[in-house]
Amino acid sequence: MGLAPTPAIPANEMPAQAGLTAARRARGPEAPNYGAAILFLLPAAILLVVFLLYPALYTILLSFNRGRNGVFEQWVGLDNYARLFADPDFLNLGTFPPSGALWNNVLWIVFYTSIVIFLGLIIAVVAARVRYESVVKAIVFIPMAIAATALAVIWKFVYAPDANIGLLNALLGTVGIAPISWLGDEGLVNFALIAVGIWGSVGFATVILSAAVKSIPAEVIESARVEGATERQIFFRMILPMVSLPISVLAVTLVVNVIKLFDLIYVMTGGGPGKASRVIAFTMYQQAFQAGQYGYGSAVAVVMLVVLIPIMIYNVRRFRTGSVT
Amino acid sequence: MTVLAESMAGSRPRTPAGRLVAALNHWVIHIALGLIGVIWLVPTIGLLVTSFRPRSDIQATGWWDIFNLHLTLENYRQVLEAQGMLQAFVNTVFIAVPSTFLPLAICSLAAYAFSWIKFPFRDTLFLIVIAFLLVPVQVAFIPLLTTATSLVPDLQLTRGYVAVWLAHTAFALPFGIFLLRNFFITLPPDMIEAARMDGASDFRVFSRIVLPVSVPAIAAYGIFQFLWVWNDLLMALVFVQDSSKFPMTRAIQNLLSQYGTEWHLLAAGAFLLMIVPLIVFFSLQRYFVQGLLAGSIK
Repeated sequence: MGLAPTPAIPANEMPAQAGLTAARRARGPEAPNYGAAILFLLPAAILLVVFLLYPALYTILLSFNRGRNGVFEQWVGLDNYARLFADPDFLNLGTFPPSGALWNNVLWIVFYTSIVIFLGLIIAVVAARVRYESVVKAIVFIPMAIAATALAVIWKFVYAPDANIGLLNALLGTVGIAPISWLGDEGLVNFALIAVGIWGSVGFATVILSAAVKSIPAEVIESARVEGATERQIFFRMILPMVSLPISVLAVTLVVNVIKLFDLIYVMTGGGPGKASRVIAFTMYQQAFQAGQYGYGSAVAVVMLVVLIPIMIYNVRRFRTGSVT
Repeated sequence: MTVLAESMAGSRPRTPAGRLVAALNHWVIHIALGLIGVIWLVPTIGLLVTSFRPRSDIQATGWWDIFNLHLTLENYRQVLEAQGMLQAFVNTVFIAVPSTFLPLAICSLAAYAFSWIKFPFRDTLFLIVIAFLLVPVQVAFIPLLTTATSLVPDLQLTRGYVAVWLAHTAFALPFGIFLLRNFFITLPPDMIEAARMDGASDFRVFSRIVLPVSVPAIAAYGIFQFLWVWNDLLMALVFVQDSSKFPMTRAIQNLLSQYGTEWHLLAAGAFLLMIVPLIVFFSLQRYFVQGLLAGSIK
C-alpha cells in the first residue's frame, strides 16, 4: 500500500520482556547451538547479503563513479554529489520559495507530517466521545488498504480540471469560481499532492493515537475533572503529554514515508508539471532508469540512505534503552 | 479499568446552562465527524459510481448527477478483456502470493533463532536487522539490475517473476524478523524448555510448538505483507520487464499515460486493483489493524 507506513519503525513501547536483556533471560540451552542457529538463519542471511547489503555497498561505490551501465568505469570522487547539489532540479535555494526535489520532500515533511498527526489526534479524541467511534475509524482507515496507484486515480478524478468530471472544480463552480488546474499549476501541485497523502494516512494516525489515548486510565482524567480542570486543560495538560511518545514514533514513521514516497507522485503527476512535483525517490528512479545516469542515480539513492541513517540510529538506540526497563 | 471514552461520556454537567453547552458541543461533534466521514468516503464512492457509468454519460455530466443514472458493466468488460486487466490481475496474484509466503517462512525461521537459539553476537546481529529496516529499496536497484545481467546474461531474472519475488522477500525480511521475534520472545520459556527436555530438536520445537501458538501474529504479518506487495508499483516497475507479466498497478499506470482522460477505463481498472485489499480489510480488519499497528507501536 503506497501510503501505508513503510514497515520501518520498530516498536518502542515493547513490553519489557521483548527487550534484549529479557531475551538473555529467556534463553535456550546453556551451550551455544551453532548448527541450529546457522540452519535457521541461513535463508535470511543469504537474501539480506545478496539483495540488501551487497547492493547497498555497490551503490555507495558506484556513486563515486561515472557509472555508465552500472560498471565501475572511472572514479570521479564527489563529482556526482557536486553535480547533484548544483542541480536546481534537485535543490534550488536561490529562489523564493526554494524549489527542487529535495525541497519538495521538506514541504511534505512539514505539512504532511504535522497535519496527519493533528487530524489523527483530533479524530481519535473526538470520535472517542460517540457511540459510532469504530465506524468513523474504519472509514478514515480504508485508504490505508488501497494502493497508492488507486489513490492516485481517485484523486486525479476529484482534481480533474473539467467541472463536469472533477468534483472539486464542480463544487467551486457552484460558488462561481472558475475551474482550477490543481495538478497543472506549479505553485499548487505539491499542496494538492500533500492533501492526497494526508487523506491516505490520517486513518493510520487515528488508529495509533486512539489506542494511545485509551490507554490513559479513566480515573486520572476523572480526578482532574473533580479538581475542576476544563476539557481544554485536560487535553493540553494531560492527554497531549501522555500521547507524546506515540506521536514521536508516528512522526518518525511519517517522515520515513515521505523520504520513500514514490508511487503517488509517479502515477499522479509523473513529477510534473515540468519538474515541479518531483521528490528524491522519484529523481532516483528517473535519473537511473529513464536518463540512464547510474552514477548520478546512485548518488541520489545514497542521499536517501544518509537522510535515513539518523532515524536508524534513533531506532537502534530506542530499542536498546527500551530493554533496560 | 474503564477507559477514557466512558469517563468522558459519564461526566454530566450539573447546571442547565452547562447541559445546553454540552448538547451544543455534542451537535458540533456529530457534524464534524459526519463531515469527516463525507470527505473520506465521497472521493472513492465517486470513482465507484463512475466505473459503472457509460462513457458517454461520464463525458456529459458529473457522477453526482444521480437523476440520470444508467449503470453498465461494459467498462469492466472492456478493461478486463481489451485492456488486459484480467491478465494483469492474474499477474498480481502470481507476484503477491510467493512474495507473501517466502518472507513468512524465512522470517519465522530467523525470528525463532533470534528468540530461542543461543549463539554468539545474537544481540548485535539483531540490532543490525533493526538498522536494515530503513534501508531504502532504491540502493539495491542499480546493482541488482546491472550486475545480475552482466554476470549471467542468460538468466534474465527480470523476464519472469523471480527477481521481483526475491527483491520483495529480501526487503520484507528486516520488518518480518523484527515483528515475529518480538512475538516469539513473549512465549513462555517453560513451554520450550519442557519440549527440549523431552528431546525435541529445534526444528521440532519450532514447527510443533512455536508456529502453532503464533498463528495470530504470523497472520497479522502475512496480511500486511500481502497488501504491501499487492499494492506495490515501484518494485514491479524496476523488476518486471516483460509487459505480459505486468501487475495491475503497472497496467493502470499504462492506462493513465495512454488515455489519461478515459475515466470509464481508469475507474473500472482502479476498482479491480482495490477489490481484494478492500475484501481483506473488511473481513480481516482486526488482524489487518494489528499488523499495521505492530509496524510502529506494539
